[in-house]
Amino acid sequence: MDWTSWLVGTVSRALAFGVPLLWGTLGEIYAERSGIVNLGVEGMMILGAYAGFAVAQTYGHPGWGLLAAAAVGMVAALWHAFLTVTLRANQYVSGLALTLFGLGLAGLLGRGWEGRPLRAPLGSLAVPVLGDLPVLGPMLFRDQTVLTYLGIVAALVLWIVLFRTRWGIVVRSVGESPATADAVGIHVGLVRYLCVAVGGLLAGVGGGYLSVAYRPSWTEGMTAGMGWIVIALTIFASWNPLRAIWGAFFFGALYHLSFRLQAYVSPELLKMMPYAFAILVLAVSGFGGARRRGGAPGALGLPYVRGER
Amino acid sequence: MKRLGPFVLERRLAPPRHVVFGVSLLAVVVALLLAALVFWAYGVSPVRAYSEIGRGTLGTVGGLSDIVRRAIPLILCGVGLTLSFRAQFWNIGAEGQLLAGAVAATGVALFVRVPDGFRLPLMFLAGFSAGAVWALIPALLRVKLRVNEVISTLMMNYIMAYIVEWLVHGPWKGPTMRGFAYTDMFPVAARLPYLTGTRIHWPTLVVGVAAAILVALLLARTRLGYEIRVVGQSPDAARYAGINFTTVLALALVVSGGLAALAGVGEVAGVHWRLRSPGHVSMGYGYTAIIVAWLARGSPLAAIFTALLFGLIFAAGDLMKTTLGLPFQITGVFNGLILFSLISSDLLMYWRVRLASKEKAWTGQAGS
Repeated sequence: MDWTSWLVGTVSRALAFGVPLLWGTLGEIYAERSGIVNLGVEGMMILGAYAGFAVAQTYGHPGWGLLAAAAVGMVAALWHAFLTVTLRANQYVSGLALTLFGLGLAGLLGRGWEGRPLRAPLGSLAVPVLGDLPVLGPMLFRDQTVLTYLGIVAALVLWIVLFRTRWGIVVRSVGESPATADAVGIHVGLVRYLCVAVGGLLAGVGGGYLSVAYRPSWTEGMTAGMGWIVIALTIFASWNPLRAIWGAFFFGALYHLSFRLQAYVSPELLKMMPYAFAILVLAVSGFGGARRRGGAPGALGLPYVRGER
Repeated sequence: MKRLGPFVLERRLAPPRHVVFGVSLLAVVVALLLAALVFWAYGVSPVRAYSEIGRGTLGTVGGLSDIVRRAIPLILCGVGLTLSFRAQFWNIGAEGQLLAGAVAATGVALFVRVPDGFRLPLMFLAGFSAGAVWALIPALLRVKLRVNEVISTLMMNYIMAYIVEWLVHGPWKGPTMRGFAYTDMFPVAARLPYLTGTRIHWPTLVVGVAAAILVALLLARTRLGYEIRVVGQSPDAARYAGINFTTVLALALVVSGGLAALAGVGEVAGVHWRLRSPGHVSMGYGYTAIIVAWLARGSPLAAIFTALLFGLIFAAGDLMKTTLGLPFQITGVFNGLILFSLISSDLLMYWRVRLASKEKAWTGQAGS
């Protein structure tokens, strides 16, 4: 077999497959940095995927589809924020409810759209000069959509905001110690609402990418557990947007290989690979950082009530 | 304390039982009203939908037996989950544990040579063990390596689902089932008997109800049950009291996973008589059981009744598909809405509303 073409194909597809994971993970990092776990990523992604497809198909432009996906993801996340921040409901259960609801609703609404190719998919982008490079060109710069690059740029920007700006300090202090943040005059609830909303927006784009760009069509349950991989990746990335890039593309490669190796191993066993790796990766990072709690925000998962510990 | 017009809101620490019941009921009713909007958006009159459901499920023997049949796996998974949740272990893996039980039972039914009389008991035993092991792994991963159990139990669901896929497409694919991804049919000695006139596989139901009673006794009357509650309420207190966290959590999860797996045994031995693709064996019972346990507020006995409620919702889903032409996904929407409104109502239980007398209002203002 020609190794260069194999490698080029694998890396290029791994990038494409990692994109929804990257967007979702960036969003979940922001939500969790502010102290809110959102287990509804799968639900937000599938709603984003459905909305993206339906709108792009109706209006004939992928851009509208992606905008709709982002908006729908954000609305779903705001619902989670309302329950967990305002009503102080259990974050795990609220997230699970969001996933159940999202999968059900998207399946319900999407029935008429099943099996039709999208008439206006988001095409891949040939980067002018870099795309002509011998190996790197086809590997990185020819078969990717704009969302691959935007995702990496987003990761950089979100890292800078989180670790190099005042806003980042606000977000992190709300997640570490909301009582302290409150004492210095930060509106804890507002910050949490904003972070969860941003998280939903990014997860929505990740879902929209699946139905508008990666596989331009709508299939029920097309997120296939990616939302849960995202939550594992958030821990694996130590809540750091830059590390999310490597994590997402590593799992993108795993997903791709689970298709690629079907000639040698039965497809059902290969498909369990990303899920098994998610456990393995968490076990290994637990083995390394068991003493430090792996850098999780101090108040992760806890509702904040002024005057209560 | 807060003032709201002529009313005052008072915080209370432990809501009395009738308040918990009333608020939960209210939450379910609100969810059904929200679901009416979904019907309406789908062009079906909500009144007609609900009356069809009422007549088709509660109004006939066949309908009632369908509810019970659907409730059986929910009782077993739900009772198991109340135990996990009491220990504050977020076991989202009942789905995978159920499938593990189905796989083990199928193995015994088709490939083990035992006298006919022992076959079913051995299937239950093998199923329980498989589910126990499948639940024990995430428990140990959490205690030893601090792996978040929400993720690990979920990932184990996917892994087990693909194992089932692999078995029915590959090594266990029945030679007589051309083209279909099924195992062969179970021999008659491996099928559970029905309650006369219905399709309720009653041995599983008896096991489920017995499990609920035993787990309730375990929690209320035994040392292990006490330790599980302490571990759940305050891990630090448990450590000071010298309770072995690992052992307690492991035992709780063995029972929790084992019971979920018995549900899987019941599905393959009582409903399908073979192993088939995971979506057909379970239909998401393991996930729905989370709501069952949550609505039961951690009480195994209450889980029997909440399981029947969700049995009704599943049976209604079947009915809506056949009579109203609505897709089955509507049950997912139902479940999500009920869970949403349940957790939103939580806060309500901890506040008491009453009319403010002048005196009360005055102390209220001074107090806050």
